Amino acid sequence: MTLHEMTIAEAGGRLRAGEVSSSDLLEATLDRASRTEAQLHAYLTIDRERARGAARQADAELEDGLDRGPLHGIPVALKDNMCTRGVETTASSQILAGYIPPYDATVTRKLKEAGAVIVGKTNLDEFAMGSSTENSAYGASYNPWDISRIPGGSSGGSAAAVAVGSAFAALGSDTGGSIRQPASLTGVVGLKPTYGTVSRYGLIAFASSLDQIGPLSRSVEDAAFTLEAIWGHDPMDATSYAGEYPNLSAALNSGVSGLKVGVVRELAGEGYEPAVESAVSVMVDKLSDAGAAVVEVSLPTFDIALSAYYLIAPAEASANLARFDGVRYGHRGEGTTTESLMARTRAEGFGPEVTRRVLLGTYALSAGYYDAFYGQAQKVRSAIQEDFARAYGIVDVLVSPTSPTVAFEAGARVDDPLAMYLSDICTIPSNLAGHPAISIPIGLDHQNLPIGFQVMAPALGETVMFQVAAAVESLAGFADRPILEELAS
Amino acid sequence: MGTAPGLCTRLQGIYQISTQVGLAYTPAAMPIDIDIAHVARLARLDLTAEELEGYKAQLGVILDHAAQVQSLEGGPREESAHPLGIVNAFRQDERRPSLDRDEVLSQAPETENGYFVVPPAMEAE
Repeated sequence: MTLHEMTIAEAGGRLRAGEVSSSDLLEATLDRASRTEAQLHAYLTIDRERARGAARQADAELEDGLDRGPLHGIPVALKDNMCTRGVETTASSQILAGYIPPYDATVTRKLKEAGAVIVGKTNLDEFAMGSSTENSAYGASYNPWDISRIPGGSSGGSAAAVAVGSAFAALGSDTGGSIRQPASLTGVVGLKPTYGTVSRYGLIAFASSLDQIGPLSRSVEDAAFTLEAIWGHDPMDATSYAGEYPNLSAALNSGVSGLKVGVVRELAGEGYEPAVESAVSVMVDKLSDAGAAVVEVSLPTFDIALSAYYLIAPAEASANLARFDGVRYGHRGEGTTTESLMARTRAEGFGPEVTRRVLLGTYALSAGYYDAFYGQAQKVRSAIQEDFARAYGIVDVLVSPTSPTVAFEAGARVDDPLAMYLSDICTIPSNLAGHPAISIPIGLDHQNLPIGFQVMAPALGETVMFQVAAAVESLAGFADRPILEELAS
Repeated sequence: MGTAPGLCTRLQGIYQISTQVGLAYTPAAMPIDIDIAHVARLARLDLTAEELEGYKAQLGVILDHAAQVQSLEGGPREESAHPLGIVNAFRQDERRPSLDRDEVLSQAPETENGYFVVPPAMEAE
C-alpha cells in the first residue's frame, strides 16, 4: 500500500515505528495532489512551505518524545470556510477574494495543537451553499471516481481530497448534509456531530442554528480520531456544549448485538436509485444477521423537512451575509453613497446561488410573510424534533441512504435549484434536530460509483452512532479506492 | 413519497411515530406574489431588471415547494432553538487580548487613522 492510501491509524503506526516521517507523509500527499489536482480541483490553496515547516516540527517533537496523539504528523485539509491566520480564506466567494484572516478558527487551532499538518484549503460551494461544489467562484471540483461527475457538496473539495489521497482526513461543514452527502458520493466516511460539540468560532457562518463542523476520513476510526481532536467546549462560541462528551474509542469494537435499528420509511421510494436502495437493504439485512433488531419507523414530518430547511437556512444566511458589505474586508464595488456602495459590492461579489438564497431568506423574513414562512418552518422544526424523540424512544439509531442517488454528472442540476436541493433530503432532518449522523461507504453501483449508508443518533449519541458505524464498515468490507489516471507531477 | 419501502426485508416491527401531525397540503393554497425589487432593496443587492425577473421566477418555484410547511397541522408549537437547550452562555467578565488592530484594518478596502472609510450616507445636494 502506498503512503497516500493509508488510514491515519496505519500511517501513525509507521510514524511511531520510525519507518516513515511526517515529512515523508506530507511529500507523498503533496505529490499525490500535484498529480491529481488538474483533474479534480479539490484545493483552492496548497500551502507547501507552512506545511513543510509543520511536518518538520512534528518530526522533531516525536524525536524528543513528545507525541500529541493520533493526528500528530498527519497531513490534513481544511474546507476554505474555516479561518486560518495568515492564509487566504475565501469561502469560494469573489467577495472574499484575497481575504487573510487575522485569527485562527478554533478547529484550526485545535488541529495544530493535535500536531496535524495542514496541507491547504479545500474547494466548496460558495459560502457552503450547494450540493455539488459547482457553485464555487473559483471553478468546480470533480469526483475522483469519474471526473465527468461532481463530488457532492458543499464540502466537495474535502471529500475529493480524502478519497484520492491528497489528504489523510479533512474538515468539512454540514448545514444540511454538506459533509455526509459528498462523503457518500466519493466513498469516504463523513460525519456531522451533535450541534454545539465542535466550536463554530472562525467558521464563516451560513446558517448558525444548523452549521456544524465535522471530519471526512478514510475509516470510521480515523473519523473518531479527528472528531476527538476538534470537539470540546469553547467559550468563543455561545452555543458550545460544556457538559460531558461521549467516549468514542470504546465504541468501535462493540458490535450491534442487542441494538435496535430503525429503518426510516420516508427515506425511500420515488426518486431513490434502485442500486442505492438495494445496497442499503443488503446492509440492513447484514445488521440483522449481526444481531441487531431491525424495525421500520415512519417519521411523517421528514416529508416536509426539506421545505422547512429551505426557509430556515436562507433566512439565517440572509442575516449572516449582511456583514459582506465592502466596508471591513473583501471586495468593494463603486458607489457614491454608503448604501449604493454596499448594494453594488454585494451584487458583484455574490454568485447566483448565494444571491438566490439571500433573496429567499430576506423574503421569508420580511413583513407580512414571516408567520406563513419562517415562523411556520420553525414549528415544523419542532415537530421533526418531536418525531425524532418518539423514534428514539423505540430504537437506538435510525438508518437510511445518505443520498438518494450516486454522484451525478457535472452540470446536470445547475439550472434547476429545486432538483439540486433534493440531493439533501436524507441528511436535512438531523441538522434541523441538531443530532449527529454519519455516512459510511458500503459499496459501488454498476458504474463503479460509491454508495453511502447513513446512521443517525440522538443528541450526544455519538457513542452508539460510532458503534453502529464501525459495524457497518466491517460488514461492508468496502476497500475500493478510485482509479484515477495520475498525471505527471 | 414514503409509500414504497424497499429497504427492509426482515422486519421485526413497524412503528408509526407521529400521531400529532396531519400533513394536508394543496399546492395552490396560497398564491405567492413576490415584490422582487423590494426584496432586493431590503437585501442591499443592486441587480438589473433582467436578473430580478430571473430570480423572481426561481423563487416562485422554490417557495411553492417550501409552502408545504403550511401543511403542518396540530396544536401550537414552541419555536425550537438549541437541541441541548443551551441559553445565555456568558464568558467570565475578565480582560483578555483582542485582535491586532493593524492586522484587522489591513483587510479593509479603505482606512484612515484607524477608522474604516465609506462614502457619505446621503447623496450630496
